Amino acid sequence: MTERFVKIYPRFERFWHWTQMVLIFTLLFTGLAVNGLNTLIPFGPAVMLHIIAALALIVLWVFAIFWHITTGTWVHYVPTTRGLFKVARFYAWGIFKGEHHPYRKAYWRKHNPLQALTYLALKLVLFPAIWVTGVIYLTYNFWDTAPNATLWLTVMANLHLLAAYAIAAFVLAHIYLLTVGHSFREHVRPMITGFDKVNLTSEEEAYLESDEPARIR
Amino acid sequence: MPLRPSFLTALAGALLFGAAAVAQTGGAPAIPGNGSTADHSKFEILQKDFASAPEVTEACVSCHTEADDQVMHSIHFTWEFDNPETGQLLGKRNVINAFCGNVAGNEPRCTSCHAGYGWDDMSVAPQEAGVTPDCLVCHDRSGQYTKTATGAGLPPLDPVKPGTKTITGAQAWPVDLAKAAQSVGPPGRENCGQCHFYGGGGDNVKHGDLSSVLYEPALDVDVHMSPEGQNMVCSDCHVSDQHKWAGSRYNVTAADTKGPGMPHERRDVATCQSCHGTEPHPASLKGVKLNDHTDKLACQTCHIPEFARGGVATKMVWDWSTAGKMGPDGKPLSVENYTQGDGKHRHTYLATKGDFVWEENVEPLYAWFNGQIEYTTGDQTIDPTQVVEVNKISGSPQDGDSRIWPFKRLNGRQSYDAKLNHLAYSHVWGPTTDTAFWTNFDWGKAIEAGMKAAGVEYSGEYGFVDTHMYWPITHMVAPAEDALDCAECHATDGRMAGIDGVYMPGRTPFSTAGILGLALIAATVLALGIHALGRLFTRKDGDAS
Repeated sequence: MTERFVKIYPRFERFWHWTQMVLIFTLLFTGLAVNGLNTLIPFGPAVMLHIIAALALIVLWVFAIFWHITTGTWVHYVPTTRGLFKVARFYAWGIFKGEHHPYRKAYWRKHNPLQALTYLALKLVLFPAIWVTGVIYLTYNFWDTAPNATLWLTVMANLHLLAAYAIAAFVLAHIYLLTVGHSFREHVRPMITGFDKVNLTSEEEAYLESDEPARIR
Repeated sequence: MPLRPSFLTALAGALLFGAAAVAQTGGAPAIPGNGSTADHSKFEILQKDFASAPEVTEACVSCHTEADDQVMHSIHFTWEFDNPETGQLLGKRNVINAFCGNVAGNEPRCTSCHAGYGWDDMSVAPQEAGVTPDCLVCHDRSGQYTKTATGAGLPPLDPVKPGTKTITGAQAWPVDLAKAAQSVGPPGRENCGQCHFYGGGGDNVKHGDLSSVLYEPALDVDVHMSPEGQNMVCSDCHVSDQHKWAGSRYNVTAADTKGPGMPHERRDVATCQSCHGTEPHPASLKGVKLNDHTDKLACQTCHIPEFARGGVATKMVWDWSTAGKMGPDGKPLSVENYTQGDGKHRHTYLATKGDFVWEENVEPLYAWFNGQIEYTTGDQTIDPTQVVEVNKISGSPQDGDSRIWPFKRLNGRQSYDAKLNHLAYSHVWGPTTDTAFWTNFDWGKAIEAGMKAAGVEYSGEYGFVDTHMYWPITHMVAPAEDALDCAECHATDGRMAGIDGVYMPGRTPFSTAGILGLALIAATVLALGIHALGRLFTRKDGDAS
């Protein structure tokens, strides 16, 4: 086992992450205006921008899902209990004692078990919840003749709102965790350069050095 | 001698020039789309000195053989409307309103705007009373035909008694019947306006969206009728079939999902959709979103942001109970305390009518409306401890036929039978009677005479009750760029604050879901804050990498 800097976030993944970041912030900003809390942008433009950003994000997600499936990178998100408790204990206790983070990133496991579980929940629960309710909400006029349409619209809009607040809570925690440890910059850098410190087996190291030298340094 | 082409051209030119000169000297207001095949000034039967107005009608029907029959079956003549939906017998002949109250007992004054000559008794239908229809009030294009204010529909003729007023309140002039008869054409806005702009006893008193401003409105006042806009006349929308007009206020087409239909097909409605279609906004993202609103909103709700625009105010409060005060000089008191946009002063108190409040550029009231208006007719029992709805707006968010409509609401205070709890009829006009309120200022006598004229039971005791009367707002459509902005309604204190049955984003950020969401954010911030404080306090930030 050696620790090397490996490009574990390829270009598309970084593009996906940052575009998603911009779109989610746009959606939160305009969504809060549509909801009536944010008065920094007028209602009409907020609705237009919200719809455009939402459609763009859905397109991005379609590409991202395709990418995860075709590249096999979905395996990073397979949930595991191995080390999960240790990581949870670290954030709840060990961090205050000056302990080291118990997880070491692997070439095919770039997220710690808690992180992987959180992202999986985000991708399987919150994101589908927001876009399913959003699409139902947006297409209201295709089903407005259904019985109790107004009630269902109210239910869908409120679920959409709750999902949005839950995503906002995730964003807060996500950004907060960047402040944990050495420095904020060090946490953000891998998502910019693509390179992060990863434990490699000697076989992985040999493979990368001979077949994909650009991915290792 | 063969005619040379140049001579023919010259002759044709001379004829055209002559025709144009006649048209100009005629002084008739321009009729949009006028290209009639008949020049009425060439008809011999119209080239005579008419001794009376009904003689003109007689001449008209000698060619237009079915016109009188058609008119006599129209609401303009019968003043009666048998509501097919509610079964109520309505129309001016029957209803009580919150303005001048009732026609019965005040006929020659109120029937001055009747489309006939000499109807002076509401208890007899005009068809039975042998009333002659008035063709000229709608078809005169000479611009000098009018009716006297108190003449049961007859025009002022030479010699005009000094002090006579017209139906618009102007000093009366002798009408030239022959000139009017020879000028006839399709109705212009002057024809409709001289009655409909002055409903309730003065300019824009009643409707709020129908005033003399519409004779020549600026573009921002009425995009359809403005000469800078489409320059349309009333009958361009209020299409007719055999002298029956589309656009009833008693039985409103509140939601038109049919649209324009085939060209010239629809003669039944005066709806926006009958020209603009059911998806009128452009095929853009915004347009699609706006079209999405048409299942809940009437076009008027966004496109008539305010009524009584253009400088003429409308009456918003009318309190009859204060009428009858005399001034220091012992004469009936009158106060002119409101100056409207066009500079004209309006009465805020009249001994004859009580107190008024005028308003301009008024934000409408909004309500679900399915087109049905139920009147509190004289036979209905009212609850005088509550505000009486003179005409109740029907509609609900659930029925699918209702849309959210804009309304003018008149806050009234008017007389009622204090024992039987019925709205009262009152006899106000009658310069020579000893019972008319406007002459004698005695409510007891005026109500007793009014009830008698209407033929209803009266206990002899009267009081005053607060009333509401509603007028759907549908005229004075603003240009598209002046339509309501989204945020006018999609806001916490927006125009739709009182409307239920719809989900409206932007109205309630602190709904249950909104509060739950904010609580989640607060809990997250709290948890992260405690975590951060823990790290700061122990000063042993773990190595998270």
